[in-house]
Amino acid sequence: MAMSLTGIVFGVGFFVVTQAQTSGFESFFIRTILGTNGAIRIEDRFQDTLRSMAAAGQTGGSGFLISQHESRNYIPGVQEPGMIRAELEQFPSVVAISEVIKGNVLAVGVGQRSDPARILGINLDDHLNASDLEEQIVRGDLEAFRSNPNGVILGLTLAYRLSVDPGDSVVFETHGERRRYRVSAVYETGVTDIDRVWVYMHMTAARSLLRKPHGVSYIQINVTDRERAPAEARHIEMVLQHNAISWQEREKVWLEVFRALRISSAITVSSIILISGLGMFNTLAMVVMEKTKEISILRSMGYTRRDISSIFLWQGMLVLMAGSVLGALLGAGLTYGVSNLPIRIRGIFSTDSFPVDWSLWHYVAAILTAVVVVMFASLIPARRAARLEPGDVIRGTAQ
Amino acid sequence: MVGCRDVERYLGEGEGRVHVLRGVALEARRGQVSAIVGPSGCGKSTLLYLLGLLDRPDGGSIRIGQQDVLNASDEERTAIRCQKIGFVFQFHFLLPEFSALENVILPMRKLGHLSTDAMRDRAHSLLDGVGLSDKDHRLPSQLSGGEQQRVAVARSLANSPSLILADEPTGNLDVTNSNLVFDLLTRLAKENGQAVVLVTHNPDIAERCDRRLLMSDGRFVD
Repeated sequence: MAMSLTGIVFGVGFFVVTQAQTSGFESFFIRTILGTNGAIRIEDRFQDTLRSMAAAGQTGGSGFLISQHESRNYIPGVQEPGMIRAELEQFPSVVAISEVIKGNVLAVGVGQRSDPARILGINLDDHLNASDLEEQIVRGDLEAFRSNPNGVILGLTLAYRLSVDPGDSVVFETHGERRRYRVSAVYETGVTDIDRVWVYMHMTAARSLLRKPHGVSYIQINVTDRERAPAEARHIEMVLQHNAISWQEREKVWLEVFRALRISSAITVSSIILISGLGMFNTLAMVVMEKTKEISILRSMGYTRRDISSIFLWQGMLVLMAGSVLGALLGAGLTYGVSNLPIRIRGIFSTDSFPVDWSLWHYVAAILTAVVVVMFASLIPARRAARLEPGDVIRGTAQ
Repeated sequence: MVGCRDVERYLGEGEGRVHVLRGVALEARRGQVSAIVGPSGCGKSTLLYLLGLLDRPDGGSIRIGQQDVLNASDEERTAIRCQKIGFVFQFHFLLPEFSALENVILPMRKLGHLSTDAMRDRAHSLLDGVGLSDKDHRLPSQLSGGEQQRVAVARSLANSPSLILADEPTGNLDVTNSNLVFDLLTRLAKENGQAVVLVTHNPDIAERCDRRLLMSDGRFVD
């Protein structure tokens, strides 16, 4: 029984720590994505095209009209950002709005090294509200950007590739024209695809460089409850007739990967609990075989079948309770230990230690798994013990 | 009064099926000690287990008091065993993990008529009655064979049953302990007005019973 208890302890503990890790990575990824791209992005106005068929009755008193959505025409970008912004401000769930204009350029740094880049024209204060840009600055400072109309904020990877630092100048080339800007700061999201390409620029400077005097490319918003972003996006889309994409839809592939990892690790670690359950089943089955005489004596005294099965279920229950408590403590300890492990991760987010998620549900799921396994492991021997006929056993022993 | 009539019992299956009891009738009265004697395999213990509701007959009837228990459910039979029947087996069958006192308390705990303190007091009193009051805290392994069987006698009396069934209660004891256990069993049963049915191979013990029933080939013979 000690081995079964040890198995349950380790099973519950490992279940908790693996869930804390995979959920931790997922939460960290979501936090990074939300902090960079916002909860919902509104872009591209659309127009539904209708195919209608109408007919009038002979007397003119009756007729019918059938309208049917056939397709959508998309008009790139948000043509009337002021109007859309005013509408968005009416949504109680919308807490931050940032208009963004984007365009591709060629960035040229020190030594004429060039790299493709994507300019994002922003209104700084709006964008700070709708993103974690402030926390993502790793070199230079935002005040230098704010005070310089020609300032830009480069991603860490791009800055490295162009060999530029805050204070250096960088040239952007587009539409056959080259313009020089000052690097005010460098940010790092940890997402390589972003840090290598995105360049933040003041909205006015971006309009001039990209030759987009009107409208914006998209509007990035944050909402009060990020989990309700898909519903909010649908609502916004319906009201504003613009394509609205929630972060869940945008990052569907990665979220599915994390979900698969979480399920996979849960299944793997559950096998430890399952094996412990098998061990417990064996132990209890042996105990039942060894204790048939005692079981029969108890039955002869008037103990019912239910009393007998309760004894074995209680044994399982005691192992379960001790295993769950100790396993949860082990899981918490391991999670704490893992969260302090130094590890440098860049690519889909930036972290220098293992991200972990402290969630009560991991403990509940681990303990529920153990409950199911232990109940099955003890139920079968308990039922077998209860089915013993005392007369058969005593007669067999007595003769 | 406890009794049975026309009891039939087969054991085994197929070609190994044996007709163990053939229309047996028995009546046990309060305050009376009945001994069933006979050669091994004649059906003595089988009859005892049928009377103790540990087994079901293939035919006939069994009455405990005014109640015919032939078709009683398992729960009813278990409840009757708890309230009305005490067992003493050849091997003491004490639970090895429990002390003598706790073994005696076990039937009372199931019956649930007494408080914890009252159960302990009664168990003390019963162990005192069998001369083991100073060894009530000992585990069965720390008692001699005779002492273990005396604890088993005390346990059988715990719920004041109307019927005590003893399957060769002295079969595993020396002469001194055999006499001691038998005297205890019969004295306590007579004092409390309980019916005792015991199976024995010991002719001296059988002679000292109020009634001696000889069984042969599944029947009582004169």
